[in-house]
Amino acid sequence: MSDTGRGDLLLEVRNLQVHFYLFEGVVQAVNDVSFDVHRGRTLGIIGESGSGKSVSAQSVMGIVPSPPAKQLAGEIRLHRATPDGGIETVDLGRLDPRGQEYRDVRGGEIGMIFQEPMTSFSPLHTVGDQIGEAILLHIPDSTPQSARERTVDLLRRVGIPRPDRAVDAYPHELSGGMRQRAMIAMALSCDPALLIADEPTTALDVTIEAQILELIQELQDDLNMAIIYISHDLAVVGGVADEVMVMYLGLVMEHADAETIFDEPLHPYTRALWQSIPKIDGPLEQLVPISGNIPNPFAVHKGCPFYARCTERIQGVCDESPPPVLEPRQGHTVRCFLYADDVDLASNGATGD
Amino acid sequence: MVAYIVRRSVMLIPILLLISLVSFAIIELPPGDWVTYQIENLRASGIELNEDEAERLVKMYGFDQPAWKRYVRWMRGILFKFNFGWSFQWGKTVNELLGERLPLTLVISISALIVSWIIAIPIGIYSATHQYSVLDYIFTFFGFLGLTIPTFLLAMVLAWYIFKLTEFAPLGLFSIEYMDEPMSMEKFIDMLKHLVLPLIIIGLNGTGALIRVMRGNLLDELKKQYVITARAKGVNEMQLLFKYPVRMSMNPVISTIGWILPGIFSGEVLVSLVLGLQTTGPLLLRAVLAQDMFLAGSIVMILSVLTVIGTLLSDILLAALDPRIRYSAAAAR
Ligand SMILES: Nc1ncnc2c1ncn2[C@@H]1O[C@H](COP(=O)(O)OP(=O)(O)O)[C@@H](O)[C@H]1O
Ligand code: SF4
Ligand SMILES: [Mg+2]
Repeated sequence: MSDTGRGDLLLEVRNLQVHFYLFEGVVQAVNDVSFDVHRGRTLGIIGESGSGKSVSAQSVMGIVPSPPAKQLAGEIRLHRATPDGGIETVDLGRLDPRGQEYRDVRGGEIGMIFQEPMTSFSPLHTVGDQIGEAILLHIPDSTPQSARERTVDLLRRVGIPRPDRAVDAYPHELSGGMRQRAMIAMALSCDPALLIADEPTTALDVTIEAQILELIQELQDDLNMAIIYISHDLAVVGGVADEVMVMYLGLVMEHADAETIFDEPLHPYTRALWQSIPKIDGPLEQLVPISGNIPNPFAVHKGCPFYARCTERIQGVCDESPPPVLEPRQGHTVRCFLYADDVDLASNGATGD
Repeated sequence: MVAYIVRRSVMLIPILLLISLVSFAIIELPPGDWVTYQIENLRASGIELNEDEAERLVKMYGFDQPAWKRYVRWMRGILFKFNFGWSFQWGKTVNELLGERLPLTLVISISALIVSWIIAIPIGIYSATHQYSVLDYIFTFFGFLGLTIPTFLLAMVLAWYIFKLTEFAPLGLFSIEYMDEPMSMEKFIDMLKHLVLPLIIIGLNGTGALIRVMRGNLLDELKKQYVITARAKGVNEMQLLFKYPVRMSMNPVISTIGWILPGIFSGEVLVSLVLGLQTTGPLLLRAVLAQDMFLAGSIVMILSVLTVIGTLLSDILLAALDPRIRYSAAAAR
């Protein structure tokens, strides 16, 4: 993996579409999601709860519960390193999620950490047993003995005190922060090229959160890992991400490098999100919650899904057809009619609001 | 762990004492006693019983003494001689009576238990992992049927059908022609034939409930984060299923041992009655009806003690299997 440099393309997701078929109706959890992930870099995914962040990540992992979920469209291409130093491309979307090949990728090439450190481990097995299981599965020629030694090293690496004792501890004997560290050790146990972190600090208090974030970044620098960092906390994503993707109801609304998206957001939804965070220097009164709630997940939208809450909506346009994905600046995409040429608006027969 | 078991066992002592008192109260509770009942019976049937003889009977059974003395006498017999007392109705010791009935009862109950576990646990696992599949619906349907149809009714109907179709009467333990024969291969096979129906009926009785328990637990566990974590590690689906969620969902099943144990001892009263099986269940029923006090009290006491011991057993098993329980047990020390 040393042959692959920082910034090389690792993962391409194209037009992913995943729906849940439930008794109550169809949830269009992910409707059109595309993104790239590069080695050694962090992609942040932001969005209110229910916007499809987790389902997107789970699709990459091949762990979306199916049924009820069904991947209707999309490609998930992983450019992985081969033992001889080359690169091969696998379309994960084509693999059987339960099959051997996908299972090699899961926990091997891609590691994942989850929101709930309290329930992420089985309460009946020791931490060492559960981390060692991944090592035995993915590291060739490993033995229970070598897996245990590697686990102790990993636990030390993620800053767990007395790792030789912690390896035999049951999850309930560790604090939430320590458990999340153990979880990170588990995700990193097989040197993944990509780490997916789905709200890893949401359940932790602020001090612990800062420590975990620091740890993740440190590990990234050491291991040249790519990271997908999911959060609904803008400050957290702003701190870790190189580029940021904003999601709303299963759609990528805006995508740019972190600096640009925070300084010059283009999409009305992104702007509304930015306004909702209290400015550190400003008075707290400036907190402007986004008006309106996330619409019913079963709703099907003819036009822009943000229409009902958008302050800049164009009647007769935004509610008539889905907004196009535009690239007003190099590397900065936005899904909104506001950035369409007049020609497009005219052809839609629209008038300003 | 050892300390935990010792502590729990010591805690049993007052409970067991209470059980023995309650059982004795049951013996003493009915107005009148067996002796007066017998004396009246004899008198009613025209047999003259002089006062001396009546008094001799009363003395023999200790009915002239205060109740607590009778209790002490009874308990002493049980604790030091393992002697549960005398059955008036049968003219035998309670030990003898139970000795005759227990082997059959245990064979039927334990095999039925094994049958129901062997059927229910795999079905429960299948139903949970294939929720809303055709087979899941079918199992659910039969599971509910098993839950709602009273077993004695099922026993009657099936016994009748079997007789109608095969001329074989699945009642009692042996067919009439073998009744007084010494044990032989033919007699043994005849006995097995008679046992199939009660086994199936008693076994299926628990099966419906157990399928629901297993399916429900496993469905809950399958949604838990630790399952997804294991999947994210790349663990093979089968291995994952048995290592994590199935093991977790066995816990509630293990805690049912508490009430399974007395059930094994008493057998299925109604089914045994219907199918004419000489298990301990009908024995208890008749003892209660006839105010055969020591027999009834002894059976009630044994059942209660088994419940308590069963609960202890399942707690110990749970602690052995679940480190969290072990941990809180250690913390409570
Ligand atoms: N296992 C599931 N079963 C049914 N619906 C689900 C499931 N997982 C996610 N969803 C639905 O898909 C949508 C997107 O969910 P999710 O990706 O978890 O959102 P986020 O992570 O952005 O909060 C939500 O409406 C959610 O209710
Ligand atoms: S497309 Fe229209 S409704 Fe949607 S965000 Fe843009 S302006 Fe608002
Ligand atoms: Mg989520």
